[in-house]
Amino acid sequence: MTVMQHIWIVLGVLFVFLNIAAGLIWVERRLLAMWQDRLGPNRAGPLGLMIVLADTLKLFFKEDWIPPFADKWVFIFAPAIVVASVLMSFVIIPFAPGILVADLNVGLLFFLAMSSLGVYSIVLGGWASNNKYSLLGALRGASQMIAYEVFMGLSLMGVVMLSRSFNLAEIVAAQEKVWFVFLQPVGFVIFFIAGLAETHRLPFDIPESESELIAGFHAEYSGMKFGMFFIGEYLGITLISAMTVTLFFGGWLGPAFLPPVVWFFLKTFVFIGLFILLRASLPRPRYDQLLEYGWKLLLPLVLVNLLVTGAIALWMKH
Amino acid sequence: MQTADNNILTLLQQCLAQDALHQQNTADGLLTLWVRKADIVSTVQFLQQNAYLSLYDLCGIDERDRARKEQLPVADFSVVYLLFSFKDNNFIRLKVPLTGEYPSLPSITAIFPNANWYEREIYDMFGIRFDGHPHLQRLLMPQSWQGHPLRKEHPARATEIGPFRLWDEKQDAEQEALRFKPEEWGMQTHSDDADFMFLNIGPQHPGTHGVLRIILQLDGEEIVDAVPEIGFHHRGAEKMGERQSWHTYIPYTDRIDYLGGVMNNLSYLLAVEQLAGITIPDRAQVIRVMLCELFRINSHLVWFGTFAQDLGQLSPVFYMFTEREKIFDVIEAVCGGRMHPNWFRIGGVAQDLPNGWDTLVRDFVNRFPAKLKEFNDMVLRNSLIKARTKGIGVYTLEEAIEWGVTGPGLRACGFDWDFRKKRPYSGYEMFDFDIPIAQHGDCYDRSVVRVEEMRQSLRIIEQCLNNMPSGNYKADHPLTTPPIKKHTMQDIETLITHFLNVSWGPVIPPGEAMSCVEATKGATSYYLISDGNTSSYRTRIRTPSFPHMQMVPYISKGYTVADLLSILGSVDYVLADIDR
Repeated sequence: MTVMQHIWIVLGVLFVFLNIAAGLIWVERRLLAMWQDRLGPNRAGPLGLMIVLADTLKLFFKEDWIPPFADKWVFIFAPAIVVASVLMSFVIIPFAPGILVADLNVGLLFFLAMSSLGVYSIVLGGWASNNKYSLLGALRGASQMIAYEVFMGLSLMGVVMLSRSFNLAEIVAAQEKVWFVFLQPVGFVIFFIAGLAETHRLPFDIPESESELIAGFHAEYSGMKFGMFFIGEYLGITLISAMTVTLFFGGWLGPAFLPPVVWFFLKTFVFIGLFILLRASLPRPRYDQLLEYGWKLLLPLVLVNLLVTGAIALWMKH
Repeated sequence: MQTADNNILTLLQQCLAQDALHQQNTADGLLTLWVRKADIVSTVQFLQQNAYLSLYDLCGIDERDRARKEQLPVADFSVVYLLFSFKDNNFIRLKVPLTGEYPSLPSITAIFPNANWYEREIYDMFGIRFDGHPHLQRLLMPQSWQGHPLRKEHPARATEIGPFRLWDEKQDAEQEALRFKPEEWGMQTHSDDADFMFLNIGPQHPGTHGVLRIILQLDGEEIVDAVPEIGFHHRGAEKMGERQSWHTYIPYTDRIDYLGGVMNNLSYLLAVEQLAGITIPDRAQVIRVMLCELFRINSHLVWFGTFAQDLGQLSPVFYMFTEREKIFDVIEAVCGGRMHPNWFRIGGVAQDLPNGWDTLVRDFVNRFPAKLKEFNDMVLRNSLIKARTKGIGVYTLEEAIEWGVTGPGLRACGFDWDFRKKRPYSGYEMFDFDIPIAQHGDCYDRSVVRVEEMRQSLRIIEQCLNNMPSGNYKADHPLTTPPIKKHTMQDIETLITHFLNVSWGPVIPPGEAMSCVEATKGATSYYLISDGNTSSYRTRIRTPSFPHMQMVPYISKGYTVADLLSILGSVDYVLADIDR
């Protein structure tokens, strides 16, 4: 590939995903409304699509307030981390054969590393806000990270064993015959749960929990800094959906009547929809319940999964 | 009840001095005894040892302007203790006469923990001091308030005070008064090994369901202590009762437990009708019962949806409010109003049921059970909800009775006590329904009881629908409102009476009466005193949310902030019901 091609792919990925993230404002609100017997935003433009523009403009024009009691530089820096770390993760996702930014042979590890950086945003933002609700949110964010991060990485090792690679393009290629979701159902479920916790979406929006901590870690944020958290969350949803598709649902693979990249996005949108459906239906556990659930149930489960997968892989080899 | 009265009276006469007791006759027939100030603590203690385990209400009366008090002991003020015995199903009312401008009497907080807030309220409203009270401060009014609102010399309207001015010093003083000092709230800033964090929840907070403020003393996320601050919703409903006529006070009652709608009307009117001696025709009674039960379902639906939302489940509230809207359609067709229909009148209801009401109610009765099952599956059978509510906010039956808990909160402790069954009013004895109970007294059980109550309410509504009696919707009695107009054009006396009863309102015969209604959140009572005037001399509103909220700190210690939301949700209070 030429340098120009690389630049186009980078710009294309940025353009597409930032737009998807923004578009999710509309998708989420309409879908939630549909499931909750409401209409949702339907006034601005056709089907209310222009709400995306209106919301973005509103965020841009809101007063960008930094509380006088806050730790100024950390406060400014925190929201950038989540967006940057999630965007970095998109680097290794193969959207279709040849359409990817960086073909890393440790792609999966890179994803795990980048996505776990996102929690700094919550911890630093909540701490720097110097607000008790934010502080509690940040504390919960930190404890939640301890709960999900462990089994998130381990849940993917089964996939790595089966495909014998950390490279995502090779993982997709290894699913030519059968998707890994059929070989690794436990791994898929656990990864998806970890992904929910990673993106801090209901039922695991514990650092934010609007009914008790109001907005938790981002209570003091306004304007575009809040917008960064907002867009970071939607980027996170897209990322976890895209990763789920890549790792368990055969990525771009699909019948030939549609181009691979279309298959990839179709599958991704199904999981985005699932994220929103979960938000519409589930209540929120307490943070200590999540910790307990993570350490006492999911971690042993994922270890057993790993053991069984390893045993079978060895047995098949002989 | 007569025998229970006699028994306890004999016992009391044995243990007190000869002339220590003075019995008063009241229109509600409750045993009412005047007790000397020096004897009150021992009398209350004695009664508590004799099965009167619950302090149902405690209120003050400014007796100075009262007319027709010749039969009563001399008093400038009196304090009224209302004790209830679940064993004998009997109330006993003790009154303590007090003389002087700012009298005092001994506190009973050592005997009944829930006397704490009641005594503070009396101090706040009358300036009567309670010796030995651990924390005698204003409760409903701001700490900086001048005067005691329920004293007769305190103006009732802003126009009687003169224009409001906020000069700089006053503003500074008011702001200084708002500064949070943990010691003033009876809280420690640190323990031996930890500094506590104080978290201010409310008055503007989505989880408090209204203007309630709770100060939390936290060790990490664990609640060490919690202190609710109430009074933000105080509108002086009791004071307004002394200014409005008997009839024009009805709309104010709608807004006490604003989710209970006409249930409040009923509670107030039962007391008025006892005083006036009005018998309600069957049809009016059944119409009242039907509307009350519709409102009970309505109130429980609001609770159900918001409870789920407090636990993070976002959708149920929309489905439940949709269903509530359907009920409002029925209520609107009957009453013309929705949340505050102001529909009951002294002696009956405002108008007869409209044509086609039965179709509306039948549609609802047919549709609702399936919906309720769906809601129950969605919320209470969800394992995350169970994890968040089971074993949280637990209290035992003894604690519930000691703190004055009534309604679903009491029934969740395994005690089948429902005033509709035990002390029937408005014809509830004619209906066939069960009292749902649960065993553990935690957040989950309180919820289960409420859901089952909706089913029982539906049964009652169905019976109303199938057996609606014919006849008058209002009693044929001169004191009913609006007054009877039938013969006004024939003779001058009737015309004059009608004119006076419309313009001034009816004059209710002197006396005292209290109602006791199983409202949506627990037992609601109106204790009315008439001294033969066009408005009440004293209106006391005993609401269930008040003791329930007082108990919240007790049942939330040791849990986390997230659990506090489950507890608040499961207690199901309305701020207007707490503050009045």
